[in-house]
Amino acid sequence: MINIFEVHETNKMIEQENLDVRTITLGISLLDCVDADLDTLCDKVYTKITTLARDLVKTGEDISLEYGIPIVNKRISITPAALVGGAACKSPEDFVRLARTLDQAAKEVGVNFLGGYSALVAKGMTKADELLIRSIPEALAVTERVCSSVNVGSTKTGINMDAVRLMGDIVHETAARTADQDSLGCAKLVVFCNAPDDNPFMAGAFHGVTEADAIINVGVSGPGVVKYALEQVRGADFEQLCETIKKTAFKITRVGQLVAQEASRRMGVPFGIIDLSLAPTPAVGDSVAEILQEIGLESVGAPGTTAALALLNDQVKKGGVMASSYVGGLSGAFIPVSEDQGMIQAVNAGSLTLEKLEAMTCVCSVGLDMIAIPGDTASTTIAGIIADEMAIGMVNQKTTAVRLIPVIGKDVGETVEFGGLLGYAPIMPVNRFSCEGFVNRGGRIPAPIHSFKN
Amino acid sequence: MKKAIITVVGKDTVGIIARVCTYLADNQINILDISQTILDGLFNMMMITDISGTDKTMGDITADLDKLGGEIGVVIRCQLEDIFTKMHRI
Repeated sequence: MINIFEVHETNKMIEQENLDVRTITLGISLLDCVDADLDTLCDKVYTKITTLARDLVKTGEDISLEYGIPIVNKRISITPAALVGGAACKSPEDFVRLARTLDQAAKEVGVNFLGGYSALVAKGMTKADELLIRSIPEALAVTERVCSSVNVGSTKTGINMDAVRLMGDIVHETAARTADQDSLGCAKLVVFCNAPDDNPFMAGAFHGVTEADAIINVGVSGPGVVKYALEQVRGADFEQLCETIKKTAFKITRVGQLVAQEASRRMGVPFGIIDLSLAPTPAVGDSVAEILQEIGLESVGAPGTTAALALLNDQVKKGGVMASSYVGGLSGAFIPVSEDQGMIQAVNAGSLTLEKLEAMTCVCSVGLDMIAIPGDTASTTIAGIIADEMAIGMVNQKTTAVRLIPVIGKDVGETVEFGGLLGYAPIMPVNRFSCEGFVNRGGRIPAPIHSFKN
Repeated sequence: MKKAIITVVGKDTVGIIARVCTYLADNQINILDISQTILDGLFNMMMITDISGTDKTMGDITADLDKLGGEIGVVIRCQLEDIFTKMHRI
């Protein structure tokens, strides 16, 4: 039987160490909504989302109340919109209309984000893919809750450099279209390599074509819990450090597993995966950077940061896979800048640079995330940064992503405020040497030799 | 049997257990086990209860106990047992 100390430990994690379930994400296939007529398509999409997700928010709230665990976000991911809208959308404006429908559906069911305004163009772009990509700046400016992602490379296919070059322009245009909100549109746009089909986290969530009609994916959190546990083993050797992270990750993931199973049962929708990422928030004590500092760094970015992050990421996975039979999504440690108080402090202190963040993405689950850069950064330079990050993902057979925010009208030394979970960020300097000749070549970077495993 | 864990945390005072038990008895909630201790300098009590006999929903019970806790000056929580067993038992 459970004892008072175990109950106390769990409740302390929730109340004092920011343990929560970050998101219940309902994945919905919209492939059966495809229609050549745009009005009909929008009607079908709206009806399917608002029908399937009708009880999502209430279910999340009920589970949260009954188990006493906060469930911060209830969200929806859909089949990449380029596939859904391909038959009906003949122009970027047509795709924007679909985006507005998605936004309305998200508002109707009360979710705070809907992901999947996406295109998968790792090897090449269809006409529909290109139209969708060109519609992204407008779509993210006129909608509130729609999130967009574009997968431009994979280990199996290489990197579509035409798409990378185009995304340099699109990121810049998205920033310009939302300049009055400090270029907030870019916070809802991710460029991926090796994008997972079952990621529950925004802004990169979409419902892959290999998935069932509907599925529940859950993302857990808990940087504060890991940090607190590590405070108890200060000065201990690496074995004890790793054991502590693993045990803590196990406990966190078990809560996610429970919530996922309950949500699945109550909604009558199959359970997909648990994404066992450490997802920070701007709240004090909910920071991945603080974990790295607790491991022994004066400030994130100091020598040893990449090794410490590699260790952390690996132990989180080892503890997490024991706790759930189905682990997927991004699963690892997130290192966004604006959403993590410790990262923001490290940038302000001068210990963390864009280049060091890039090195860190070689060993953790995501990429260059929520990084504000000067608004006058050339779109070719943005494309170059994307290409570098995609290459890391392609060669290392892992997911990498880029979510850069070129803040129009602002420069290094200034700060940008996004609010809420998106936090705030100091604008980071970018290498000013040009890569124009490289990114303008056109075509594809071939798949690496170690991808030929057949 | 549907088990819920009720925890009471706060400054020790006369009649805490009596008032909580009265509420549970009035609502057909059976107490299976009680333990108490001082943790972090605060009075901590835990009850393992069976809520399958009550007409009230978890939402009602949680709200009622929250209100009762406010009257006594302690924090009272009611949570389904699974969150603790899943976390602490393999």
